[in-house]
Amino acid sequence: MQVEEFLERSAVRFPGQTALVCGDRRLTYAQVEEGCNRLAHALVGEGVRPGDRVAIHLDNSVEAVLSVFAILKAGAVFLVVNATTKADKLAYILNNCRATALITDSRKLDAIEEGSAQTPHLRTVFVAGERASARPGTGLRSIALEAVLQGTDRPVPPPAKRRIDIDLAALIYTSGSTGRPKGVMLTHLNVVSAATSITTYLESVPDDVVLCVLPLSFDYGLYQVLMAFKVGATLVLERSFTYPHAVLETLIRERVTGFPIVPTMAAVLLQLDLGRYDLSRLRYITNTAAALPTHHIRRLRALFPDVKLYSMYGLTECKRVSYLPPDQIDVRPGSVGRGMPNEEVYIVNEEGRRVGPGVIGQLVVRGSNVMKGYWDLPEETDKVLKPGAFPGERVLYTGDFFKTDEEGYLYFVGRKDDIIKTRGEKVSPKEVEDVLYSLDGVAEAAVVGVPDAVLGQVIKAVITLREGCPLTEQDLRRHCAQHLEDFAVPRAVEFRDSLPKTTSGKISKRELNVSAEAGR
Amino acid sequence: MPNVEQELRRFVIDNFPFGQVGDGLSNDDSFLDQGIIDSTGVLELVTFLEETYEIKVEDEELIPDNLDSINRLVKFLQRKLQVSS
Repeated sequence: MQVEEFLERSAVRFPGQTALVCGDRRLTYAQVEEGCNRLAHALVGEGVRPGDRVAIHLDNSVEAVLSVFAILKAGAVFLVVNATTKADKLAYILNNCRATALITDSRKLDAIEEGSAQTPHLRTVFVAGERASARPGTGLRSIALEAVLQGTDRPVPPPAKRRIDIDLAALIYTSGSTGRPKGVMLTHLNVVSAATSITTYLESVPDDVVLCVLPLSFDYGLYQVLMAFKVGATLVLERSFTYPHAVLETLIRERVTGFPIVPTMAAVLLQLDLGRYDLSRLRYITNTAAALPTHHIRRLRALFPDVKLYSMYGLTECKRVSYLPPDQIDVRPGSVGRGMPNEEVYIVNEEGRRVGPGVIGQLVVRGSNVMKGYWDLPEETDKVLKPGAFPGERVLYTGDFFKTDEEGYLYFVGRKDDIIKTRGEKVSPKEVEDVLYSLDGVAEAAVVGVPDAVLGQVIKAVITLREGCPLTEQDLRRHCAQHLEDFAVPRAVEFRDSLPKTTSGKISKRELNVSAEAGR
Repeated sequence: MPNVEQELRRFVIDNFPFGQVGDGLSNDDSFLDQGIIDSTGVLELVTFLEETYEIKVEDEELIPDNLDSINRLVKFLQRKLQVSS
C-alpha cells in the first residue's frame, strides 16, 4: 500500500464526509481528492519525475495538506519545512535533497527568490496567496496555486501509479548534533506501518474528529493528517496553539474527539480554567515529544477522568516507539509504555547484548516503521542503523537510554547526545552556537538546555564577548531570530568573563554550572 | 494612549525577537504571521498587561482579536481600562 491511498480509499468510501476543517474552510473527502489530483497533474506537467523531491514551506493550511498528497500522487517525495525556517537554512535543505519544486505562499516568496542562486536544482515554485509571480532573473518558474486547484469543473482522476511501497514517500528533516539538519528517509511502507500501528492502539474510527495545532513539519503533526485520512476521520487543522482560548472554542464547536498535545500545551491548558469548557466529546488526548510531568498527568486525569490519556515516546527515525495503554497511566505514570503493535523494542548494553529489567541501556527498535537512513549521509546512517536478525535487516539504535520494570514497561533515563528538546522540537546546540559565532563580538558561546516547568527545557546561551563589544542580550536574541526557527532562539543569555575548558581546550558544558533560572 | 502604545511596543520587541522585522514592526503586523509569539508568549504578554495596568484578563479574552498586534492590544487595553475605571 502507498500513502496516498489513505486519501484515495477514504474518498471512495466517504466522499461526502468532512475531511478537513481549517479556519472557515471545510472540505469533503471528494473535494480534497479532487484538489490533490489537479495539483498532482500540475506537478507532473512541470516535469516532476518519480522520486523527485518536492518541498512544502507553508503554515498549517488547506494548501499544505493538499500538497502532501498531491506530491505523493505525482510519484514524488514530499518534505515539509517549518514555516518559520529562515532563508539560509531553507536553501540548505532544498540543496541537500536537490528539490526540483517548492510549494509556498506569497509572503515567503521574497526570501526564496533571494536564495535562488544557491538552489540550482529548484525549477518551479507553486505559490499560494496574492503575489504569485516570481521576479524575472531568478530562473524560477512560478505558478499560482489557486488557479491550479480551481481548474475546470470536470473531475480529474489521479495520475497513473508510478511507485511501489519500498520507494521513498517522505523526507523529514531533524536536528543533528553536527548542527546541520539530516533528512530522515521514509518509504511508503515505513509510513503505512507506523500509521497502522498507531491508529490500531488509538482505536481510531471514521467518526473521530482530530484537532491538530502542531506544525506539519513536525512528524507528530504530519501524522495527524495521514492517520485521519487513513481511517476516514475529520481533521481540524489550526495554525498554532498561540491563542489557547480560540483553540478550545474550536475544539468544542467541531466536537473534537482526539487532541494530540506536547507538554508545553499541557502546561498552558492547566493554567486555564478548563472546568468552564464542555469537553465531553473528547475521547483521547495523546502526548509525546517529551515526557509529561507526573503532576500534570494527575491534574489532567482529575479534570478529564473519562478521557483516555496516552503517554507516548518516539523519534523521527521510526516515527513512534512506544505508548502507555491508558489503563496503565494511573498505575505507572512515569512510564512511556511498551512497543507499538507490529514492532519489537529492546534494551542493549554497550556490547550490544540484551539486558533485563532495571538495567539501563540503549533502546533498539525493530520493525517496518524504521527509516531507510539519513539522506546522503551514509556514515551518519551507519551509526544508528545496525545489522538485525536477518540478512539485510537493519535495526535502529535510538541513542536514548532506558530501563524497564519487571513487566517490561519502559522508563526514559537520558540521551546520548546533547540535543535539546524544547517546545516539542529538537534543537542542536551546535546550530545555535554557529549562529551566535557569526556575530563579530562573540568570542565564546555555549548553548545548553535548562529545565523549565512550562517548556520542558529552554535554550540558554552562555557568552563571552570580545573586549569593548557593546552587544546586549537583546542584540543576540534578535540576531538568532533572523537565522533560526522561533523555537531555537535562546530564551535567555548569560554573559561571563570566561568559559570553563577541558584539558583539550574545548568548552566544558559540564563545568558551566548554568543556573536553572532561564531569565523569564 | 501614545505612552501605552510605546510601552507595549517596547515589551513586545524586547521579549519576542522578531527576526524579519525587528524595530520595523508595524502597529498592524500580526504576531501570529510573524511567527514568534507562541502560547507561552501570549501568557507572558497577559502577565505583563495584568501587572502593568492592573487589569484582569479572562481566559475567553485570549483571542487574536484582542492580542495579535500592537493596535489590537491598545484597543483591548482601552476597553479594559474603561470598564475598570
